[in-house]
Amino acid sequence: MKKRVEYLITTGGLTVLYLVIMLLIVVGVLNGYYVGVIIAIGINIIVASSLNLATGFLGQLALGHAGFMAIGAYGAAHLGKYLMAVLVMPDFIKGIIVLVSCLLFGGILAAIAGLLIGIPSLRLRGDYLGIVTLGFGEIIRISIFNIEAIGGARTVLGIPKLVGITQIFILVAIVLAALYLLVRSRHGRAIISIREDEIAAEAVGVPTTFYKVYGFAISAFFAGIAGGTLAFYQGLIDPKKFTFMFSVEIFIIVVLGGMGSFTGTVIAAILLGVMNELLHAVDNWRMVIYAVVLIAMMIFRPKGLMGTYEFSLVKVVKDYIAKRKNQKTT
Amino acid sequence: MALLETKGLGITFGGLRAVGDFEITIGDHELVGLIGPNGAGKTTLFNLLTGVYLPTDGDVLVEGKSVVGLKPYQIVEKGLSRTFQNIRLFKDMTVLDNVKVAFHHKMSYGTANTLFRIPGSKYWKEEADIDKKGRELLALFKMEDNVNDMAKNLPYGKQRKLEIARALATEPKLLLLDEPAAGMNPQETKELMETIHFIRENFDVSILLIEHDMSLVMGICERIIVIDYGVIIAKGTPEEIKKNEKVIGAYLGQ
Ligand SMILES: Nc1ncnc2c1ncn2[C@@H]1O[C@H](COP(=O)(O)OP(=O)(O)OP(=O)(O)O)[C@@H](O)[C@H]1O
Ligand SMILES: [Mg+2]
Repeated sequence: MKKRVEYLITTGGLTVLYLVIMLLIVVGVLNGYYVGVIIAIGINIIVASSLNLATGFLGQLALGHAGFMAIGAYGAAHLGKYLMAVLVMPDFIKGIIVLVSCLLFGGILAAIAGLLIGIPSLRLRGDYLGIVTLGFGEIIRISIFNIEAIGGARTVLGIPKLVGITQIFILVAIVLAALYLLVRSRHGRAIISIREDEIAAEAVGVPTTFYKVYGFAISAFFAGIAGGTLAFYQGLIDPKKFTFMFSVEIFIIVVLGGMGSFTGTVIAAILLGVMNELLHAVDNWRMVIYAVVLIAMMIFRPKGLMGTYEFSLVKVVKDYIAKRKNQKTT
Repeated sequence: MALLETKGLGITFGGLRAVGDFEITIGDHELVGLIGPNGAGKTTLFNLLTGVYLPTDGDVLVEGKSVVGLKPYQIVEKGLSRTFQNIRLFKDMTVLDNVKVAFHHKMSYGTANTLFRIPGSKYWKEEADIDKKGRELLALFKMEDNVNDMAKNLPYGKQRKLEIARALATEPKLLLLDEPAAGMNPQETKELMETIHFIRENFDVSILLIEHDMSLVMGICERIIVIDYGVIIAKGTPEEIKKNEKVIGAYLGQ
């Protein structure tokens, strides 16, 4: 099958999915509350997929993705407030320009932070990164609380609300596509080979230190995008959001879905999103229930829901065509 | 100029002299055997040559230029490639992808090209190229039916072969094989010897072969180096080595 046709199939599938969601909204099956849940899930998909790149594909334990999200959120939000005030142009175009440029800005800030902590800690073998990222997340959180200029302990208000269901759908699709394309390239193979065996990777010509930093920085970049998206959806930033427990929740999504499967991350993010809603009444017990789910997972499906499997509409179509052909010939 | 030359190469681990005063020269298209009892320092020598360990003394020259201090991946670029005593495959990658990783340093498309795969761009050309080369290489090793298998699911003998194929995919000038016959049954060992013959005939590569099994090395190498306690105790043709007193001593523990 031609590559162009394959891309068309994927795009077509996504469009149909989008239209279905929109239809459900229009006919009233999905009310505003559910839309909020879907958007929250979308943001979790972005940040958890980015963590999956670092942890599932690259094999580096990272426990501070809430910190990268916070950097992205604050960077995007403040630039967004500023740009909204100074740019003069029609609202619709302004919204798009501000959203895109600010998300990129937040992502780049997060990626720079990723480089700063990745370069010293990824040069070493072993799980130093886990410890460093854990500390990093806390440092970011406490720093935000103490920097009055960006908002301090107060909630940041007045952020333009630029993200709705359509934007989140497009953002999730772009981020997943980018990560998927990245993983299926020479760069992605280099990243996965490091997870599999760092010494062997280096021995066949992969500059492992470079690719560890590269993969980690890209992961931080997309976590920053997720943070900016969150800020532009809520129209505010609550500095208390970016705790260690939030990093752990993101981590749980990755483990539950399967290290090295974006499909798994999507499914796990949806499952946990729905579960969170059901567990609202027993919020105190949420982490306990997470823990139980994780333990059950380790016992019954240690590789996560999906292992390293990726769903692909193209594959489904190809299998279907092959089956049809078989039926015809027999 | 010799392909590989070591001068007074040595390394000490906290008082233990694992390799010392090591001098060898390997030319183009040679097959040299490196034998020695357990713990003699054979693997350590490979680690020195490939940049895993930094020598405490001496020098390693590849085509006349020192490679000491280079990272292992940079030494691959200089034309040295190796396999490991305990197989190190990318277990959860396909057989074909294992080989494709090894083409990495010959490729050049960047991140933008990866994300925006414009028709006719470098991404498509290079990927199509290594896909073809990878499949051809695996076909040479009679593994064309295994390309989509996970490496971990291959039988032991094929895992060894895949590791050799992967090392060859880096297009080395010198291939370092660390006990490729370890853990093989006689049938597999025989096949392995055929594979090595085959590589010599089909690839423009020299081989330095570590082997425990004397008879295997004697059978295929034209030149043999024997080490014990990290130093060379004998060099020569298989006939000379067989008669060498020191070698007999080292192997019989006298
Ligand atoms: N990283 C290290 N630190 C300390 N000692 C080491 C290290 N690597 C190797 N050695 C020691 O160096 C000596 C040589 O080991 P090496 O693995 O090179 O032997 P070998 O000839 O490959 O043996 P075998 O036939 O069992 O594979 C051994 O005494 C080993 O314990
Ligand atoms: Mg050894």
